[in-house]
Amino acid sequence: MSGQSHIPAAFDGEPAFVPYLAAGDPNYEASLEYVEALERAGADCIELGLPFSEPIAEGPTIQQAVVRALEGGMTVERYFEFVSELDVDTPLVCMTYYNLIYRYGDEEGPEPFVERAAAEGIDGFVVPDLPAEEAGPLREACDEHGRDLVSIVAPTTGEERLQRLVDLSSGYLYIQARLGVTGARASVSDRTSESLARVAETGTDLPRAVGFGISSFEQARDVIAAGADGVIVGSALVDIVAEGHETDRPVAETAAELEELGRELKEGALAGTETEASQAD
Amino acid sequence: MSEQQRRGGDGKFGEYGGQYVPEALMPAIEELTDAYERYVLDNEDGFMDEFRERLRDFGGRPTPLGRADQLSERYGVEVYLKREDLLHGGAHKLNNALGQCLLAKYMGKERIVAETGAGQHGTATAMAAAHLDMPCEIYMGRRDINRQRPNVFRMRINGAEVNPVDIGRGTLKEAINETMRDWATTVETTHYVIGSIVGPHPFPSMVRDFHRPISAETKRQSIDAFGRLPDAVVACAGGGSNTMGIFSEFVDAGGLPGTDPATNEAGAEDDVDLYAVEAGGSSLAVDEERGVAPNSASLSTGTEGVLHGARTKVLQDADGQIMESHSVSSGLDYAGVGPELANLVDEGRVDAVNVDDDAALEAFHRLSQAEGIIPALETAHALAYLEEHDDPSELGEYVVVNVSGRGDKDLESAIEETATRDLPNAPEMGVFEGEGGLR
Ligand SMILES: Cc1ncc(COP(=O)(O)O)c(C=O)c1O
Repeated sequence: MSGQSHIPAAFDGEPAFVPYLAAGDPNYEASLEYVEALERAGADCIELGLPFSEPIAEGPTIQQAVVRALEGGMTVERYFEFVSELDVDTPLVCMTYYNLIYRYGDEEGPEPFVERAAAEGIDGFVVPDLPAEEAGPLREACDEHGRDLVSIVAPTTGEERLQRLVDLSSGYLYIQARLGVTGARASVSDRTSESLARVAETGTDLPRAVGFGISSFEQARDVIAAGADGVIVGSALVDIVAEGHETDRPVAETAAELEELGRELKEGALAGTETEASQAD
Repeated sequence: MSEQQRRGGDGKFGEYGGQYVPEALMPAIEELTDAYERYVLDNEDGFMDEFRERLRDFGGRPTPLGRADQLSERYGVEVYLKREDLLHGGAHKLNNALGQCLLAKYMGKERIVAETGAGQHGTATAMAAAHLDMPCEIYMGRRDINRQRPNVFRMRINGAEVNPVDIGRGTLKEAINETMRDWATTVETTHYVIGSIVGPHPFPSMVRDFHRPISAETKRQSIDAFGRLPDAVVACAGGGSNTMGIFSEFVDAGGLPGTDPATNEAGAEDDVDLYAVEAGGSSLAVDEERGVAPNSASLSTGTEGVLHGARTKVLQDADGQIMESHSVSSGLDYAGVGPELANLVDEGRVDAVNVDDDAALEAFHRLSQAEGIIPALETAHALAYLEEHDDPSELGEYVVVNVSGRGDKDLESAIEETATRDLPNAPEMGVFEGEGGLR
């Protein structure tokens, strides 16, 4: 037994800022600094991508991050080293695809991966190609090791499936703001508030974090104002990493930029609470 | 066959199969499963009647089963060819493309997307979509676009958009990823016509069922031609659709309503040996360091994993990263295989074998010269398997080879690949060298 997930604490109180980065993008050393910069920016929980060769749920930005990380030598073993070397207190969620989880260890199945991840300090998992239908074995392994399994709720998810996802999940629910794949967008879809409301109706007390397309102070504010408990931001941050890589910018400068955007997003989330309060009658 | 199996069960074939896709797609997959059960398995609204009629009038079914006289003499066995190359579009792929586009229409979907490797599935889908008056977009890896220009043009003239996929190695695997991304964005109005017996349930069962006519006809035509079922059936396996198309009625007869009773009564399916011939590429060895398999032999050398929505046999490294595959034929160039076929191999019902690029090219020239049939490079793998036998009579007295497609699409590749090799049976290649060298 390796203790319990720290994710619930991340959503205790103020709205949470949940950034995503692909571990090892563009290389191991720089990536460590980037993740640590996000904690300084006020991250409450970090989604740390374990790169998989077929990232079917990702748009171009994160696809390219995954390619860079894999070319930079990221492997499952290096990922675990990365996690243990990271100097952060923020809860960590491993974001990856099922094949890597399934294949790890001597026997097939998710348990060895979860055991190892828990030992290294991973608090939970989000696995975009694992719908409720196939998530049973991973859920069991998470229960055994005191970890969370975060499910993604899509705009297309109907009432019946929603209940199934709520029953399956722990830690938080990842509310996908719009259809499609990851990637920063100019505006947040109307379907977000609709999804938030539908989740609320299930009576769950799981925190609701919204992701897919959030990139600015305003969007973070609006999402929280619409009733979310947290904002998940990936592509907008990965864009900064990509630009730094392409322009050969010093790692410290890129880290500083990440920290700056991170603060802005966290402030946006905080501002959302005030808007929400002032909107409440 | 139990009712549960007939219905495609829960989409599991032994350990294989399942539905490993993003949540956003799951409602569409549930809707498709429902439509598959109602229209295909229960013939609701006469769907299967319309499908069979269109296969006949638009597709040109039944395709012939003909004796290959020169090959029969060469191998000392009776070789019969199931001529899917004569199906409209030039490959078996139309069975499935027409079935799925028609199903999409019955479901009220407005738009079709598909991936393609050799371009043969893309062509078939573009044709079926045009025939049924539906807009269609095809994703194709950049490398495959360069290998298969005639098919790209065919898709375009049939009115489909062709979107090049630049990421990765630019082959079928990347094209599937990209089509899934499109589908995840447009799932409410769009149907994804997957091109083989791969992907999440119900695709593997449904695609198999649309290709079942190959098998039903083969049974009936075998009885007509030589009075009994063949001893062996040989087909090439990329994803495995032409394989399961011609195997299915030998694995379980009468899988669909309206199947010709003669094909059921033929019985004795277990006596028919089934061979799935994979692309051995340039070698069966694997470069773990670079994550490259110089072959596409996932049945022979792959391990259990999850790829593109199903648990199946895949080419992967020790971590579970999917490998880049290789084959001279772009239609076989894929790191996975259909879950049902993987299970049939595990159960020992189907033999997985493989032949290399050189053997396939030789077979390409051999069939062209011996029988006047230019086969697809994919099909050439199945034919090469006959040659690989020291004693082909071990296969039995009557052998049926599924000629999954014709080779017109491959002529450019064949010129290029032939020129780089020392093939004993190639024509004089010098004549193809224009002023700027080859091509
Ligand atoms: C002529 C032909 N045969 C075979 C294949 C391989 O596909 P499958 O294994 O699904 O039959 C292809 C794929 O494009 C093809 O074009």
